[in-house]
Amino acid sequence: MSPCSRDARLFWILSASALIASGLLLLILVFLAKESWPVIQNAGLSKFMRSDGWYPTEGAYGLLPMLAASMAMSALAIIIAAPLGVASALFCRFYAPPLISRMYRWAIILLAGIPSVVLGLWGLTVIVPLILAVSPPGTSLLAGSIILALMILPTVALTTEAALAAVPMTYWQGAAALGLSKEATILRVALPATAASIYAGILLAVARALGETMAVLMVSGNVVQLPSSLFDPVRTLTANIALEMAYATGDHRASLFVSGLVLTALVLALAAGARRSGGQIVHA
Amino acid sequence: MRESRAFDLSSPRAAWRDLSLQAAAWFAAAIVAGMFLWLLFDLLWHGAARVDWTFLTTTPKSSGRSGGIAPILASTLLILFVAIAVAAPLGLATAVLLSEYTRREGRLGQMIGLSLDVLAGVPSIVVGLFGNAFFCVWLGLGFSILAGGLTLACMILPILIRTTESGLRQVPDEWRLSAEALGMSRATILIHVLIPVAAPALIAGLMLGIGRAMAETAALVFTSGYVDRMPASFLDSGRAISVHIYDLTMNVAGGDKNAYASALVLIALLIIINGIAVALADRALTRRVSAA
Repeated sequence: MSPCSRDARLFWILSASALIASGLLLLILVFLAKESWPVIQNAGLSKFMRSDGWYPTEGAYGLLPMLAASMAMSALAIIIAAPLGVASALFCRFYAPPLISRMYRWAIILLAGIPSVVLGLWGLTVIVPLILAVSPPGTSLLAGSIILALMILPTVALTTEAALAAVPMTYWQGAAALGLSKEATILRVALPATAASIYAGILLAVARALGETMAVLMVSGNVVQLPSSLFDPVRTLTANIALEMAYATGDHRASLFVSGLVLTALVLALAAGARRSGGQIVHA
Repeated sequence: MRESRAFDLSSPRAAWRDLSLQAAAWFAAAIVAGMFLWLLFDLLWHGAARVDWTFLTTTPKSSGRSGGIAPILASTLLILFVAIAVAAPLGLATAVLLSEYTRREGRLGQMIGLSLDVLAGVPSIVVGLFGNAFFCVWLGLGFSILAGGLTLACMILPILIRTTESGLRQVPDEWRLSAEALGMSRATILIHVLIPVAAPALIAGLMLGIGRAMAETAALVFTSGYVDRMPASFLDSGRAISVHIYDLTMNVAGGDKNAYASALVLIALLIIINGIAVALADRALTRRVSAA
């Protein structure tokens, strides 16, 4: 075979693969839409945006309580994780002795790799009883937020650290030449210079929190209701899909696909925001 | 000038602020490290006593409360095998197209890259929904190891392509030029120059993907299913280890001891896989440096 035709064949194989890989996203969206279409046609989208309860077999598709639970839990998680994550990065970069810094960094990376189901197991056997002692039933919005915070903290810490490492040498030299204290150098030079990346990291972390399923499912109680306190059990959109998908049929199944579409739209909007503010997608 | 005094190293106020930021950083690090160690020791404390050779090689008894996890390990490995067998060739080919046939700022490359980045952002449970609708129902595979593996392949494809692509892009252009000057065809260059050089990056990406796939639970619950028997074929339903942990924790009273042991096995596997990935990535880096 002449090398020319072999090259042409190689090119076609590569193109076909790339077509499949990049068409996958389209296929996923098409299938989500196709599966949710029957119930959208029957009931209309407005029925999903109500809070009169989630009884899909009886035609009540109120997603609002679960949407609120998802958002509240992610918001709370990032409120806990963002300061801890940024402070972790500062600790690693500026305050820890080299050996401790390396060990701490290693711990953060390991934490990022702990499967959510394992964090859920730990949360259920350790964190939930602690919360139960304060206010029953223990499995609650708060428990979910704490576990989520642990999961997304590495994302914030690692993006912040990468951003700090990329601050140009001249900035440090300029700060030193001005006689700035360490605190002033960090708070008034380094952090403002990296604000966009840190912000992007936080958005990515929130996106991850919204899409997280297993840990949340295991520790937050799964009662469909609008949360009125930190100690209320709640059910998030993701937990709802995981709980009901295995047996749902008909309109019930279709309505789960609608909730999947809503979730995807939310997460992708956050990821787009992160991209615009100049963040890199960190596969951590 | 009040503002400038705050920055003055010699003023007591600056010294106090310096100290409080340092204290805050140490305090935050102590909280995070404390939680992490708590988690780690809790897992070891509850799980380590149960993990032994018998646990790994016997079948679960009374819904997993006692007995081992042999069929679960087998199902996990089969699901991973399917995911890798599909994702690796597809990912490699796409990465080659992206790095060798498109320019980074070109329109086609940008579009493929964007679709991959968006795909990487889709929540795993939604990929699971798709897997259920497409593989289980539309293709008629049912709850099976094949359906679960294919769903995971969709999930790990973006990360696989991106790491392989960056590995290929790190190959110096002189190598391609010298190979072409020697009269090699593009296929020959690819097989004998580019892929060997980028192999560590490819394998590192593969390991990252495997780690991600092994930790995945939610999507597998309704694609590969719950059955905890030893799978006889790829069309059997099989329970992955993460699903096993979930089931023991949530649905089986008194199952948490074996859940802890299984969690420990899962984490040990992940650490081994991550170690391989890091070592290979380091090797790729040193090779590149010594080649330059």
